[in-house]
Amino acid sequence: MDMEASKKKLGLKERYNHLTRGLDWETTYQPKEKVFPYTRYEGIKIHDWDKWEDPFRLTMDAYWKYQGEKEKKLYAIIDAFAQNNGHLGVSDARYINALKLFIQGVSPLEYMAHRGFAHVGRQFDGVSARIACQMQSVDELRHAQTQMHTVSNYNKYYNGMHSWRHWHDRVWYLSVPKSFFDDAMSGGPFEFVVAISFAFEYVLTNLLFVPFMSGAAYNGDMGTVTFGFSAQSDESRHMTLGLEIIKFILEQDPANVPIVQRWMDKWFWRGYKVLTLVSMMMDYMLPKKVMSWKEAWEIYGEQNGGALFNDLARYGIRKPKGWEQASIEKEHLSHQAWAVFYNYGAAALFHTWTPTEEDKDWLSAKYPDTFDRMYRPRFEYWEQQAKEGKRFYNGTLPMLCTTCQIPMFFTEPTDPTKICYRESDYQGDKYHFCSDHCKDIFDYEPEKYVQSWLPVHQIYQGNCFNPGVDPTAPGFDPLRAVLDFYHLNFGRDNLDFEGSEDQKNFAQWNGHGAVGA
Amino acid sequence: MAVTAIGTYAFEPKDKVENFHGAQLLYIGWEDHLMYCAPLAFPFPGAMPFKAILEQVLPSCYGAHPDFAKIEWSTVEWFRSGKPWHPDYGKSITENGLRHKDVIRFRSPGLSGIKDTCS
Repeated sequence: MDMEASKKKLGLKERYNHLTRGLDWETTYQPKEKVFPYTRYEGIKIHDWDKWEDPFRLTMDAYWKYQGEKEKKLYAIIDAFAQNNGHLGVSDARYINALKLFIQGVSPLEYMAHRGFAHVGRQFDGVSARIACQMQSVDELRHAQTQMHTVSNYNKYYNGMHSWRHWHDRVWYLSVPKSFFDDAMSGGPFEFVVAISFAFEYVLTNLLFVPFMSGAAYNGDMGTVTFGFSAQSDESRHMTLGLEIIKFILEQDPANVPIVQRWMDKWFWRGYKVLTLVSMMMDYMLPKKVMSWKEAWEIYGEQNGGALFNDLARYGIRKPKGWEQASIEKEHLSHQAWAVFYNYGAAALFHTWTPTEEDKDWLSAKYPDTFDRMYRPRFEYWEQQAKEGKRFYNGTLPMLCTTCQIPMFFTEPTDPTKICYRESDYQGDKYHFCSDHCKDIFDYEPEKYVQSWLPVHQIYQGNCFNPGVDPTAPGFDPLRAVLDFYHLNFGRDNLDFEGSEDQKNFAQWNGHGAVGA
Repeated sequence: MAVTAIGTYAFEPKDKVENFHGAQLLYIGWEDHLMYCAPLAFPFPGAMPFKAILEQVLPSCYGAHPDFAKIEWSTVEWFRSGKPWHPDYGKSITENGLRHKDVIRFRSPGLSGIKDTCS
């Protein structure tokens, strides 16, 4: 029997209200604080969850419909890319190393974001906040999957992408993004959303996604561009959520302001340190460059971020500590970071190289105050050594920062020729840091960071060998045993780009014959 | 400050000296030579003579740098946690007062890296 509609269709706002407020209920046999046990201990005071206004009033049916349409388009393009050997159309095989960095360092964080938002999507007392976080959780899972599917096309032909999930929990430089997210996940729900939704998705995301996706576009990688576009509308929703969260928390109680400020100080710095990898990708790994890290920081950090913090000043929020230091470091960050990977290129799961003549001229033009004076001589020395068959590799493990877990390569803000050393004593042991801000983070919660799984120390404790390996056996090579534990295929995943299998295959498949021929 | 937590929050430090099978960590940095991008980390037995570091360890770590062979160890300036320090090369690591996870650096006067750029 056909039912006749008694009323006209509900509007979007009404439907959204039914989905959120309408599906919520007051608890009767358990107090609220037992049902939502994690939203009080951090000290954040929320008086009225109904003041939360999700700026994207998206109902589930609309959500599935939009996402489904985007998926169809994305997978049509990925299929076409695979069938037409799109991987051969990229600017140069060096570009593919940027993708390796992405699947190794970024995609696992998408999956962690999925888990993190699923958690807070259960824990918040307010139903609209829960719905928004649950939708973001599904988005993040979709991002992780579409990235895996896009990159899997490359994995069929190139090294350094085969075991990224295994690497995420083990490899030295991947402990940087991993520990960043684990730190956020092990905070309370409010710290998590300030860390991820605000500091990362709102303040820093343009410095992550724009460089990778524009880099893909400039270098002819249409598959990656497409997943970038597919994620873009989600990202703008996440950014809006990040801003809403901050305003909601700050407006609820003045006592929340100092707590949020401390989290902003911490999470701006933690996020900025992760972006070290992006800086070198932009300046050194893209054969066709989009813009320099310095320019990106000036636009997305200094200008856009500066305007944001001016807006937040009325809540009593100031720019994060460390903001000025990031501006000082913009002249140095990418050069120093790439030098680290050049040093440890035998233990990295992508290729490294010295900049070409064209690259060096570009770097001189973009960094007129620092590149020629400080960094060109270093790279040219390495280039010369490599020509003489003595490609430089650093064979000794580096000292790491306890907080960000990055090798201690950062220089003093006042002197770029001096490594910045900071330390704290805690319960009879020393802890070392790359910066004042990493030290501050430790000093506030030392109990947390004494547990840092620092890859270098874990190797020296003997925890990074495969089962059954005997470190006392004659001729035992500990560093090689660590690379086995990583599942690194020596000579294929690592070492210099020059002479690599990727380089040879790309040239042959493009009909250029053998390299050098 | 104590960690903000839902309950008692006390965990063992991951890098206690007991976890290093008889060794202690020592970090060594070479000033003005950033071709080596960061200070190096070593697990050494405390009884190891300090001069063994100079004679047996550092040459294989830093030897690729053209300045390394020119170092006059008798004129090298040492720093421990950033403060001037005077090790006795004839004594062991522990006899020199070095503890687990100490950081020392050395400066080799007159040597300032590739093309004097501190590289």
